[in-house]
Amino acid sequence: MKILVGYKRVVDYNVRIQVKPDGSGVVSDGVKLSPNPFDEIALEEALRLREKGVASEVVVVGIGPTDLQAHLRNGLAMGANRAIHVATSDAVQPLTAARVLLKLVQKEQPGLVILGKQAIDDDCNQTGQMLAALWDRPQATFASKVEIGEDKARVTREVDAGLETLEVDLPAVITTDLRLNEPRFIKLPDIMKAKSKPIEILELASLGVEPGDHLKTLHYAPPPGRSKGVMVKDVAELVAALKSKGLV
Amino acid sequence: MNTILIVAEHHAGQLNPATARCVSCARKIGGEITVAVLADAPAAIAAQAATLDGVGRVVAVADTAHTQALAAMYAPQIAVLARGFTHVLAPSTTFGKDLLPRVAALLGVAQVSDLMQVEGPRRFVRPIYAGNALVTVEVPQEQTVVATVRTASWPEAAAGAQAAPVETRSVDAALPKHTRFVTLQSAKSERPDLQSAGRVVSGGRALGSSENFRIIYQLADKLGAAVGASRAAVDAGYVPSDMQVGQTGKIIAPALYVAVGISGAIQHLTGIKDAGTIVAINKDAEAPIFEVADYGLVGDLFKLVPELTQALG
Repeated sequence: MKILVGYKRVVDYNVRIQVKPDGSGVVSDGVKLSPNPFDEIALEEALRLREKGVASEVVVVGIGPTDLQAHLRNGLAMGANRAIHVATSDAVQPLTAARVLLKLVQKEQPGLVILGKQAIDDDCNQTGQMLAALWDRPQATFASKVEIGEDKARVTREVDAGLETLEVDLPAVITTDLRLNEPRFIKLPDIMKAKSKPIEILELASLGVEPGDHLKTLHYAPPPGRSKGVMVKDVAELVAALKSKGLV
Repeated sequence: MNTILIVAEHHAGQLNPATARCVSCARKIGGEITVAVLADAPAAIAAQAATLDGVGRVVAVADTAHTQALAAMYAPQIAVLARGFTHVLAPSTTFGKDLLPRVAALLGVAQVSDLMQVEGPRRFVRPIYAGNALVTVEVPQEQTVVATVRTASWPEAAAGAQAAPVETRSVDAALPKHTRFVTLQSAKSERPDLQSAGRVVSGGRALGSSENFRIIYQLADKLGAAVGASRAAVDAGYVPSDMQVGQTGKIIAPALYVAVGISGAIQHLTGIKDAGTIVAINKDAEAPIFEVADYGLVGDLFKLVPELTQALG
Protein backbone atom coordinates (compact mmCIF):
# COMPACT_ATOMS: atom_id res chain seq x y z
CA MET A 1 0.00 0.00 0.00
CA LYS A 2 1.11 3.49 -0.78
CA ILE A 3 0.62 6.32 1.73
CA LEU A 4 0.39 9.96 0.73
CA VAL A 5 1.39 12.43 3.44
CA GLY A 6 0.72 16.18 3.41
CA TYR A 7 3.80 18.05 4.53
CA LYS A 8 3.34 21.81 5.01
CA ARG A 9 5.95 24.36 5.97
CA VAL A 10 4.88 26.88 8.62
CA VAL A 11 6.32 29.50 10.93
CA ASP A 12 7.99 27.62 13.79
CA TYR A 13 5.73 27.16 16.81
CA ASN A 14 8.20 28.95 19.07
CA VAL A 15 8.19 32.18 17.06
CA ARG A 16 6.36 35.10 18.62
CA ILE A 17 4.08 36.25 15.80
CA GLN A 18 4.12 39.96 14.98
CA VAL A 19 1.47 41.60 12.85
CA LYS A 20 2.86 44.12 10.33
CA PRO A 21 2.05 47.70 11.35
CA ASP A 22 0.03 48.25 8.15
CA GLY A 23 -2.12 45.18 8.85
CA SER A 24 -1.18 43.52 5.55
CA GLY A 25 0.05 40.29 7.12
CA VAL A 26 2.37 38.90 9.76
CA VAL A 27 6.12 39.48 9.76
CA SER A 28 7.74 36.60 7.91
CA ASP A 29 11.16 37.99 6.94
CA GLY A 30 13.93 36.19 8.77
CA VAL A 31 11.43 34.13 10.76
CA LYS A 32 12.27 30.48 11.40
CA LEU A 33 10.20 28.06 9.31
CA SER A 34 9.61 24.43 10.26
CA PRO A 35 7.46 21.51 9.20
CA ASN A 36 3.93 21.76 10.57
CA PRO A 37 4.12 19.67 13.79
CA PHE A 38 0.94 17.76 12.93
CA ASP A 39 2.41 16.87 9.52
CA GLU A 40 5.54 15.49 11.16
CA ILE A 41 3.25 13.25 13.19
CA ALA A 42 1.49 12.24 9.95
CA LEU A 43 4.79 11.37 8.32
CA GLU A 44 5.98 9.47 11.38
CA GLU A 45 2.80 7.39 11.38
CA ALA A 46 3.22 6.57 7.70
CA LEU A 47 6.85 5.56 8.26
CA ARG A 48 5.87 3.29 11.14
CA LEU A 49 3.25 1.62 8.95
CA ARG A 50 5.93 1.04 6.32
CA GLU A 51 8.30 -0.36 8.93
CA LYS A 52 5.54 -2.73 10.08
CA GLY A 53 5.16 -3.91 6.51
CA VAL A 54 1.65 -2.47 6.17
CA ALA A 55 2.77 0.16 3.66
CA SER A 56 5.32 -0.19 0.90
CA GLU A 57 5.88 3.42 -0.05
CA VAL A 58 5.53 6.80 1.64
CA VAL A 59 5.19 9.90 -0.53
CA VAL A 60 5.34 13.42 0.98
CA VAL A 61 3.49 16.23 -0.76
CA GLY A 62 4.13 19.94 -0.40
CA ILE A 63 2.37 22.86 -2.08
CA GLY A 64 4.26 26.13 -2.32
CA PRO A 65 7.02 28.24 -3.86
CA THR A 66 10.29 27.03 -5.37
CA ASP A 67 12.22 27.12 -2.10
CA LEU A 68 9.87 24.51 -0.65
CA GLN A 69 12.23 21.81 -1.87
CA ALA A 70 14.64 22.17 1.04
CA HIS A 71 11.67 21.52 3.30
CA LEU A 72 10.65 18.45 1.30
CA ARG A 73 14.23 17.14 1.59
CA ASN A 74 13.62 17.26 5.29
CA GLY A 75 10.68 14.88 4.88
CA LEU A 76 12.82 12.63 2.71
CA ALA A 77 15.54 12.67 5.37
CA MET A 78 12.97 11.62 7.93
CA GLY A 79 12.33 8.58 5.74
CA ALA A 80 9.82 9.24 2.96
CA ASN A 81 10.61 7.40 -0.29
CA ARG A 82 9.93 10.34 -2.55
CA ALA A 83 8.36 13.76 -2.66
CA ILE A 84 5.97 15.69 -4.86
CA HIS A 85 6.30 19.45 -5.00
CA VAL A 86 3.23 21.21 -6.34
CA ALA A 87 4.71 24.54 -7.31
CA THR A 88 2.82 27.80 -6.94
CA SER A 89 3.71 31.27 -5.75
CA ASP A 90 0.15 31.89 -4.54
CA ALA A 91 -1.00 31.35 -0.98
CA VAL A 92 -3.14 28.22 -0.98
CA GLN A 93 -6.35 27.95 1.01
CA PRO A 94 -7.70 24.58 2.25
CA LEU A 95 -10.21 24.01 -0.58
CA THR A 96 -7.50 24.51 -3.20
CA ALA A 97 -5.13 22.26 -1.24
CA ALA A 98 -7.83 19.57 -1.09
CA ARG A 99 -8.43 19.86 -4.85
CA VAL A 100 -4.71 19.54 -5.51
CA LEU A 101 -4.49 16.49 -3.24
CA LEU A 102 -7.47 14.95 -5.03
CA LYS A 103 -5.59 15.22 -8.34
CA LEU A 104 -2.56 13.54 -6.77
CA VAL A 105 -4.73 10.84 -5.21
CA GLN A 106 -6.22 10.08 -8.62
CA LYS A 107 -2.74 9.84 -10.08
CA GLU A 108 -1.02 7.93 -7.26
CA GLN A 109 -3.92 5.75 -6.04
CA PRO A 110 -2.78 5.59 -2.40
CA GLY A 111 -4.43 3.26 0.11
CA LEU A 112 -4.23 5.93 2.76
CA VAL A 113 -3.76 9.68 2.96
CA ILE A 114 -2.47 11.00 6.28
CA LEU A 115 -2.59 14.74 6.94
CA GLY A 116 -2.10 16.89 10.03
CA LYS A 117 -5.42 17.88 11.60
CA GLN A 118 -4.51 21.54 11.26
CA ALA A 119 -1.62 23.73 10.24
CA ILE A 120 -0.43 25.92 13.08
CA ASP A 121 -0.30 29.04 10.89
CA ASP A 122 -3.88 29.45 9.64
CA ASP A 123 -5.33 26.98 12.21
CA CYS A 124 -8.04 26.07 9.68
CA ASN A 125 -8.46 22.33 10.34
CA GLN A 126 -10.22 21.70 7.02
CA THR A 127 -8.07 20.13 4.30
CA GLY A 128 -8.40 16.45 5.29
CA GLN A 129 -12.17 16.65 5.64
CA MET A 130 -12.46 18.47 2.31
CA LEU A 131 -10.29 15.94 0.52
CA ALA A 132 -12.38 13.08 1.94
CA ALA A 133 -15.56 14.78 0.69
CA LEU A 134 -14.21 15.43 -2.81
CA TRP A 135 -12.79 11.91 -3.01
CA ASP A 136 -16.04 10.46 -1.61
CA ARG A 137 -14.06 8.41 0.90
CA PRO A 138 -14.11 8.07 4.72
CA GLN A 139 -12.42 10.51 7.05
CA ALA A 140 -11.05 9.78 10.50
CA THR A 141 -9.98 13.10 11.95
CA PHE A 142 -8.00 13.93 15.11
CA ALA A 143 -6.50 10.43 15.30
CA SER A 144 -4.65 9.27 18.39
CA LYS A 145 -4.39 5.61 17.38
CA VAL A 146 -4.40 3.94 13.97
CA GLU A 147 -4.65 0.21 13.31
CA ILE A 148 -4.69 -0.99 9.72
CA GLY A 149 -6.44 -4.26 8.94
CA GLU A 150 -7.47 -5.99 5.75
CA ASP A 151 -9.02 -3.25 3.56
CA LYS A 152 -10.01 -1.22 6.58
CA ALA A 153 -8.64 0.88 9.40
CA ARG A 154 -9.66 1.25 12.99
CA VAL A 155 -8.97 4.76 14.19
CA THR A 156 -9.32 6.22 17.67
CA ARG A 157 -10.15 9.92 17.60
CA GLU A 158 -9.72 12.59 20.26
CA VAL A 159 -13.17 14.17 20.50
CA ASP A 160 -14.63 16.57 23.06
CA ALA A 161 -16.49 13.76 24.83
CA GLY A 162 -13.47 11.45 25.08
CA LEU A 163 -12.05 8.88 22.69
CA GLU A 164 -14.18 7.75 19.76
CA THR A 165 -13.26 4.73 17.66
CA LEU A 166 -14.34 4.44 14.03
CA GLU A 167 -13.89 1.70 11.51
CA VAL A 168 -13.37 2.99 7.98
CA ASP A 169 -12.92 1.23 4.67
CA LEU A 170 -9.73 1.96 2.76
CA PRO A 171 -8.75 4.08 0.99
CA ALA A 172 -9.42 6.77 3.58
CA VAL A 173 -8.17 10.09 4.89
CA ILE A 174 -6.77 10.22 8.41
CA THR A 175 -5.83 13.46 10.16
CA THR A 176 -3.46 13.35 13.09
CA ASP A 177 -3.77 14.66 16.62
CA LEU A 178 -0.88 15.35 18.95
CA ARG A 179 -0.70 12.07 20.77
CA LEU A 180 -0.65 9.71 17.82
CA ASN A 181 3.12 9.34 18.04
CA GLU A 182 6.37 11.16 18.71
CA PRO A 183 8.17 11.95 15.46
CA ARG A 184 11.73 10.69 15.16
CA PHE A 185 14.74 12.95 14.94
CA ILE A 186 16.55 13.19 11.65
CA LYS A 187 20.07 11.75 11.69
CA LEU A 188 22.94 13.16 9.65
CA PRO A 189 23.43 10.10 7.40
CA ASP A 190 19.73 10.31 6.53
CA ILE A 191 20.17 13.90 5.37
CA MET A 192 22.91 12.68 3.02
CA LYS A 193 20.74 9.81 1.78
CA ALA A 194 17.82 12.18 1.16
CA LYS A 195 19.84 14.10 -1.39
CA SER A 196 19.50 11.30 -3.89
CA LYS A 197 15.77 10.72 -3.34
CA PRO A 198 13.49 12.01 -6.10
CA ILE A 199 11.36 15.14 -5.89
CA GLU A 200 8.79 15.40 -8.65
CA ILE A 201 7.80 18.94 -9.51
CA LEU A 202 4.32 19.68 -10.81
CA GLU A 203 3.08 23.16 -11.62
CA LEU A 204 -0.19 23.76 -9.79
CA ALA A 205 -1.57 25.36 -12.94
CA SER A 206 -0.87 22.14 -14.88
CA LEU A 207 -3.09 20.05 -12.58
CA GLY A 208 -6.31 21.60 -13.80
CA VAL A 209 -7.08 23.04 -10.39
CA GLU A 210 -8.51 26.51 -10.31
CA PRO A 211 -5.94 28.65 -8.48
CA GLY A 212 -6.61 31.67 -6.33
CA ASP A 213 -8.15 32.37 -2.97
CA HIS A 214 -11.73 31.62 -2.15
CA LEU A 215 -11.85 33.84 0.89
CA LYS A 216 -10.74 37.41 0.54
CA THR A 217 -8.31 38.37 3.28
CA LEU A 218 -8.88 42.00 4.20
CA HIS A 219 -6.87 42.82 7.25
CA TYR A 220 -4.61 41.44 9.98
CA ALA A 221 -4.53 42.75 13.54
CA PRO A 222 -2.88 41.83 16.81
CA PRO A 223 -5.27 40.35 19.38
CA PRO A 224 -6.44 42.60 22.20
CA GLY A 225 -4.05 42.11 25.10
CA ARG A 226 -5.05 41.27 28.64
CA SER A 227 -3.87 43.87 31.06
CA LYS A 228 -1.30 42.61 33.50
CA GLY A 229 -2.83 41.83 36.87
CA VAL A 230 -1.45 41.92 40.38
CA MET A 231 0.68 39.53 42.37
CA VAL A 232 -0.82 38.53 45.70
CA LYS A 233 1.42 37.55 48.58
CA ASP A 234 -0.56 34.66 50.00
CA VAL A 235 -3.71 32.56 49.84
CA ALA A 236 -5.60 34.87 52.22
CA GLU A 237 -5.02 37.85 49.95
CA LEU A 238 -6.08 35.83 46.90
CA VAL A 239 -9.30 34.67 48.54
CA ALA A 240 -10.08 38.22 49.67
CA ALA A 241 -9.54 39.51 46.12
CA LEU A 242 -11.77 36.82 44.58
CA LYS A 243 -14.46 37.44 47.21
CA SER A 244 -14.43 41.17 46.53
CA LYS A 245 -15.09 40.45 42.86
CA GLY A 246 -17.86 38.04 43.77
CA LEU A 247 -16.06 35.12 42.10
CA VAL A 248 -16.13 32.78 45.10
CA MET B 1 -32.24 38.70 3.60
CA ASN B 2 -29.91 36.20 5.22
CA THR B 3 -31.20 32.74 5.89
CA ILE B 4 -29.03 30.91 8.39
CA LEU B 5 -28.95 27.17 9.00
CA ILE B 6 -27.34 26.02 12.26
CA VAL B 7 -26.41 22.36 12.61
CA ALA B 8 -27.33 21.31 16.15
CA GLU B 9 -24.79 19.40 18.22
CA HIS B 10 -26.28 17.02 20.74
CA HIS B 11 -25.30 14.13 22.91
CA ALA B 12 -27.42 11.54 24.75
CA GLY B 13 -30.67 13.27 23.80
CA GLN B 14 -29.54 16.69 25.03
CA LEU B 15 -28.80 19.77 22.98
CA ASN B 16 -25.17 20.83 23.48
CA PRO B 17 -24.91 24.42 24.82
CA ALA B 18 -22.47 25.12 21.95
CA THR B 19 -25.53 25.27 19.68
CA ALA B 20 -27.01 28.13 21.72
CA ARG B 21 -23.71 29.99 21.27
CA CYS B 22 -24.02 29.57 17.49
CA VAL B 23 -27.48 31.12 17.72
CA SER B 24 -25.94 34.26 19.29
CA CYS B 25 -23.45 34.46 16.43
CA ALA B 26 -26.25 33.97 13.89
CA ARG B 27 -28.28 36.78 15.50
CA LYS B 28 -25.28 39.08 15.06
CA ILE B 29 -25.14 38.13 11.37
CA GLY B 30 -28.88 38.84 11.22
CA GLY B 31 -31.61 37.05 9.31
CA GLU B 32 -33.93 34.07 9.65
CA ILE B 33 -32.44 31.35 11.83
CA THR B 34 -33.24 27.67 11.33
CA VAL B 35 -31.74 24.90 13.47
CA ALA B 36 -31.32 21.45 11.92
CA VAL B 37 -31.45 18.50 14.31
CA LEU B 38 -30.29 15.19 12.86
CA ALA B 39 -30.81 12.33 15.32
CA ASP B 40 -32.36 8.90 15.63
CA ALA B 41 -34.97 10.45 17.95
CA PRO B 42 -34.80 14.22 17.38
CA ALA B 43 -38.08 15.36 19.01
CA ALA B 44 -36.80 16.27 22.48
CA ILE B 45 -33.63 17.91 21.14
CA ALA B 46 -35.63 19.85 18.55
CA ALA B 47 -37.97 21.06 21.29
CA GLN B 48 -34.98 22.40 23.23
CA ALA B 49 -33.60 24.16 20.16
CA ALA B 50 -37.02 25.68 19.41
CA THR B 51 -37.02 27.63 22.67
CA LEU B 52 -33.74 29.46 22.00
CA ASP B 53 -34.25 33.20 21.51
CA GLY B 54 -33.84 34.11 17.87
CA VAL B 55 -34.59 30.69 16.39
CA GLY B 56 -37.39 30.98 13.82
CA ARG B 57 -37.77 27.34 12.86
CA VAL B 58 -36.38 23.90 13.67
CA VAL B 59 -35.99 21.15 11.11
CA ALA B 60 -35.87 17.65 12.61
CA VAL B 61 -34.53 14.76 10.57
CA ALA B 62 -35.06 11.35 12.16
CA ASP B 63 -32.93 8.47 10.94
CA THR B 64 -31.21 5.56 12.68
CA ALA B 65 -28.15 6.43 10.60
CA HIS B 66 -27.87 9.39 13.02
CA THR B 67 -27.50 7.34 16.19
CA GLN B 68 -23.91 8.58 16.14
CA ALA B 69 -22.92 11.96 14.70
CA LEU B 70 -20.65 10.80 11.89
CA ALA B 71 -19.46 13.52 9.49
CA ALA B 72 -19.62 11.11 6.56
CA MET B 73 -23.35 10.55 7.25
CA TYR B 74 -24.29 14.09 8.23
CA ALA B 75 -22.45 15.97 5.48
CA PRO B 76 -24.42 14.82 2.40
CA GLN B 77 -27.67 15.58 4.24
CA ILE B 78 -26.56 19.00 5.46
CA ALA B 79 -25.49 19.76 1.89
CA VAL B 80 -29.08 19.03 0.78
CA LEU B 81 -30.65 20.93 3.69
CA ALA B 82 -28.37 23.90 2.93
CA ARG B 83 -30.17 24.61 -0.34
CA GLY B 84 -31.78 28.03 -0.17
CA PHE B 85 -29.73 29.13 2.84
CA THR B 86 -27.16 31.92 2.65
CA HIS B 87 -25.27 30.68 5.72
CA VAL B 88 -24.51 27.30 7.33
CA LEU B 89 -23.05 27.37 10.85
CA ALA B 90 -21.91 24.81 13.40
CA PRO B 91 -19.92 25.15 16.62
CA SER B 92 -16.15 24.95 16.44
CA THR B 93 -16.14 21.83 18.60
CA THR B 94 -14.69 18.51 17.44
CA PHE B 95 -18.19 17.81 16.05
CA GLY B 96 -18.35 20.97 13.95
CA LYS B 97 -14.70 20.90 12.91
CA ASP B 98 -15.10 17.35 11.65
CA LEU B 99 -18.34 18.04 9.81
CA LEU B 100 -18.39 21.49 8.24
CA PRO B 101 -15.32 21.28 5.97
CA ARG B 102 -16.87 18.16 4.51
CA VAL B 103 -20.12 20.06 3.92
CA ALA B 104 -18.26 23.03 2.40
CA ALA B 105 -16.35 20.80 -0.01
CA LEU B 106 -19.59 19.12 -1.11
CA LEU B 107 -21.00 22.59 -1.78
CA GLY B 108 -17.77 23.58 -3.55
CA VAL B 109 -17.17 26.58 -1.28
CA ALA B 110 -14.58 27.69 1.23
CA GLN B 111 -15.14 27.28 4.95
CA VAL B 112 -14.41 29.92 7.56
CA SER B 113 -13.07 28.47 10.82
CA ASP B 114 -13.66 29.87 14.31
CA LEU B 115 -15.84 32.98 13.84
CA MET B 116 -14.92 35.38 16.62
CA GLN B 117 -16.56 38.57 15.45
CA VAL B 118 -19.08 39.48 12.80
CA GLU B 119 -18.28 42.66 10.86
CA GLY B 120 -20.93 42.12 8.20
CA PRO B 121 -23.06 39.27 6.88
CA ARG B 122 -20.06 37.98 4.91
CA ARG B 123 -17.21 39.60 6.79
CA PHE B 124 -15.75 37.95 9.86
CA VAL B 125 -12.79 38.08 12.23
CA ARG B 126 -11.06 34.80 13.08
CA PRO B 127 -7.91 33.86 15.01
CA ILE B 128 -4.76 32.50 13.35
CA TYR B 129 -1.33 31.54 14.72
CA ALA B 130 -2.81 30.22 17.98
CA GLY B 131 -4.71 33.46 18.44
CA ASN B 132 -1.59 35.61 18.15
CA ALA B 133 -3.08 37.40 15.16
CA LEU B 134 -6.62 38.09 14.04
CA VAL B 135 -7.58 38.13 10.41
CA THR B 136 -10.63 39.70 8.78
CA VAL B 137 -11.95 37.63 5.88
CA GLU B 138 -14.77 38.06 3.43
CA VAL B 139 -16.79 35.34 1.71
CA PRO B 140 -17.58 36.11 -1.95
CA GLN B 141 -21.16 37.20 -2.65
CA GLU B 142 -22.06 34.18 -4.79
CA GLN B 143 -20.96 31.60 -2.21
CA THR B 144 -22.86 30.05 0.67
CA VAL B 145 -21.13 31.08 3.90
CA VAL B 146 -20.08 27.89 5.68
CA ALA B 147 -18.47 28.62 9.02
CA THR B 148 -17.64 27.18 12.42
CA VAL B 149 -18.31 29.42 15.40
CA ARG B 150 -15.67 29.89 18.08
CA THR B 151 -17.96 29.15 21.00
CA ALA B 152 -15.85 30.97 23.62
CA SER B 153 -16.50 34.24 21.77
CA TRP B 154 -20.30 34.06 22.00
CA PRO B 155 -22.76 33.81 24.92
CA GLU B 156 -25.43 31.14 24.96
CA ALA B 157 -28.72 32.41 23.54
CA ALA B 158 -31.30 32.36 26.31
CA ALA B 159 -34.22 29.97 26.27
CA GLY B 160 -37.42 31.99 25.96
CA ALA B 161 -41.05 31.18 26.60
CA GLN B 162 -41.98 31.19 22.90
CA ALA B 163 -41.15 28.02 21.00
CA ALA B 164 -40.44 28.16 17.28
CA PRO B 165 -42.26 25.69 15.02
CA VAL B 166 -40.63 22.27 14.52
CA GLU B 167 -40.91 20.72 11.10
CA THR B 168 -40.11 17.04 10.59
CA ARG B 169 -38.63 16.11 7.27
CA SER B 170 -36.60 13.45 5.56
CA VAL B 171 -33.63 14.15 3.35
CA ASP B 172 -33.02 12.44 0.08
CA ALA B 173 -29.26 11.87 0.06
CA ALA B 174 -27.17 8.80 -0.57
CA LEU B 175 -25.49 7.76 2.69
CA PRO B 176 -22.14 5.99 2.57
CA LYS B 177 -21.47 2.62 4.15
CA HIS B 178 -17.72 3.13 4.40
CA THR B 179 -17.67 4.60 7.90
CA ARG B 180 -18.83 2.76 11.02
CA PHE B 181 -18.97 3.82 14.65
CA VAL B 182 -17.29 1.37 17.04
CA THR B 183 -17.14 2.89 20.54
CA LEU B 184 -17.03 6.09 22.53
CA GLN B 185 -14.89 5.93 25.61
CA SER B 186 -16.05 8.73 27.85
CA ALA B 187 -14.94 9.34 31.41
CA LYS B 188 -18.03 9.58 33.60
CA SER B 189 -17.84 12.74 35.60
CA GLU B 190 -20.18 14.44 38.03
CA ARG B 191 -18.23 17.64 37.52
CA PRO B 192 -19.40 20.45 35.24
CA ASP B 193 -18.61 20.24 31.55
CA LEU B 194 -15.26 21.86 30.73
CA GLN B 195 -16.54 23.76 27.69
CA SER B 196 -19.51 25.39 29.36
CA ALA B 197 -18.45 25.64 33.02
CA GLY B 198 -18.41 29.04 34.72
CA ARG B 199 -15.35 28.06 36.73
CA VAL B 200 -12.40 25.93 35.65
CA VAL B 201 -9.33 24.71 37.54
CA SER B 202 -6.49 23.39 35.37
CA GLY B 203 -3.30 21.58 36.27
CA GLY B 204 0.00 21.41 34.42
CA ARG B 205 3.15 19.38 34.24
CA ALA B 206 4.26 20.60 37.67
CA LEU B 207 1.63 18.35 39.24
CA GLY B 208 4.07 15.54 38.49
CA SER B 209 1.63 12.61 38.48
CA SER B 210 -1.90 11.48 37.93
CA GLU B 211 -2.22 10.95 41.67
CA ASN B 212 -1.17 14.46 42.50
CA PHE B 213 -3.99 15.78 40.32
CA ARG B 214 -6.16 14.90 43.34
CA ILE B 215 -5.49 18.34 44.82
CA ILE B 216 -6.76 19.93 41.58
CA TYR B 217 -9.99 17.91 41.77
CA GLN B 218 -10.42 18.83 45.44
CA LEU B 219 -10.08 22.54 44.69
CA ALA B 220 -12.40 22.20 41.69
CA ASP B 221 -15.03 20.42 43.78
CA LYS B 222 -14.88 23.14 46.40
CA LEU B 223 -15.46 25.74 43.68
CA GLY B 224 -18.01 23.69 41.74
CA ALA B 225 -15.56 23.94 38.85
CA ALA B 226 -14.71 21.82 35.84
CA VAL B 227 -11.18 20.43 35.56
CA GLY B 228 -8.82 21.08 32.65
CA ALA B 229 -5.14 20.53 31.94
CA SER B 230 -2.24 21.78 29.88
CA ARG B 231 -0.95 19.80 26.94
CA ALA B 232 2.12 18.85 28.98
CA ALA B 233 -0.04 17.23 31.66
CA VAL B 234 -2.04 15.32 29.04
CA ASP B 235 1.07 14.21 27.14
CA ALA B 236 2.57 13.00 30.43
CA GLY B 237 -0.53 10.84 30.90
CA TYR B 238 -1.72 12.50 34.11
CA VAL B 239 -5.21 13.09 32.68
CA PRO B 240 -7.19 12.13 29.54
CA SER B 241 -6.94 14.10 26.31
CA ASP B 242 -10.46 15.52 26.52
CA MET B 243 -9.24 17.73 29.38
CA GLN B 244 -6.69 19.60 27.26
CA VAL B 245 -7.16 23.35 27.07
CA GLY B 246 -5.44 25.33 24.30
CA GLN B 247 -4.89 25.84 20.59
CA THR B 248 -5.44 22.22 19.68
CA GLY B 249 -7.63 21.30 22.64
CA LYS B 250 -10.61 23.13 24.08
CA ILE B 251 -11.02 26.90 23.85
CA ILE B 252 -12.92 28.03 26.93
CA ALA B 253 -14.29 31.22 28.45
CA PRO B 254 -15.20 30.62 32.11
CA ALA B 255 -15.82 33.53 34.51
CA LEU B 256 -12.98 32.18 36.68
CA TYR B 257 -9.94 30.21 35.49
CA VAL B 258 -7.37 28.90 37.96
CA ALA B 259 -4.11 27.71 36.36
CA VAL B 260 -2.02 25.58 38.69
CA GLY B 261 1.55 24.63 37.81
CA ILE B 262 1.04 25.77 34.21
CA SER B 263 3.87 27.86 32.76
CA GLY B 264 1.66 29.39 30.06
CA ALA B 265 2.88 28.47 26.58
CA ILE B 266 1.17 30.58 23.90
CA GLN B 267 -0.65 27.44 22.75
CA HIS B 268 -2.26 27.17 26.20
CA LEU B 269 -2.95 30.89 26.59
CA THR B 270 -4.98 30.98 23.38
CA GLY B 271 -7.42 28.58 25.01
CA ILE B 272 -8.09 30.82 28.04
CA LYS B 273 -7.85 34.38 26.69
CA ASP B 274 -11.58 34.93 27.01
CA ALA B 275 -11.77 33.89 30.65
CA GLY B 276 -13.22 36.59 32.93
CA THR B 277 -10.62 36.35 35.69
CA ILE B 278 -7.44 34.31 35.52
CA VAL B 279 -5.64 33.14 38.66
CA ALA B 280 -2.18 31.60 38.32
CA ILE B 281 -0.30 29.60 40.93
CA ASN B 282 3.26 28.75 39.94
CA LYS B 283 6.60 28.42 41.67
CA ASP B 284 8.41 30.31 38.87
CA ALA B 285 7.79 34.04 39.21
CA GLU B 286 8.96 34.50 35.59
CA ALA B 287 6.42 32.07 34.10
CA PRO B 288 4.55 33.61 31.14
CA ILE B 289 1.21 32.69 32.71
CA PHE B 290 1.70 35.66 35.05
CA GLU B 291 1.64 37.99 32.01
CA VAL B 292 -2.04 37.25 31.52
CA ALA B 293 -3.11 36.43 35.08
CA ASP B 294 -5.33 38.88 36.95
CA TYR B 295 -4.04 37.42 40.21
CA GLY B 296 -0.70 35.68 40.49
CA LEU B 297 0.59 33.71 43.45
CA VAL B 298 4.16 32.45 43.50
CA GLY B 299 4.97 29.40 45.56
CA ASP B 300 4.77 25.65 46.05
CA LEU B 301 1.49 24.44 44.56
CA PHE B 302 1.46 21.37 46.84
CA LYS B 303 1.24 23.73 49.79
CA LEU B 304 -0.83 26.55 48.27
CA VAL B 305 -3.58 24.54 46.56
CA PRO B 306 -4.68 22.60 49.67
CA GLU B 307 -4.45 25.84 51.60
CA LEU B 308 -6.69 27.57 49.05
CA THR B 309 -9.18 24.66 49.13
CA GLN B 310 -9.24 24.95 52.92
CA ALA B 311 -9.64 28.73 52.86
CA LEU B 312 -12.65 28.48 50.56
CA GLY B 313 -14.39 26.15 53.02
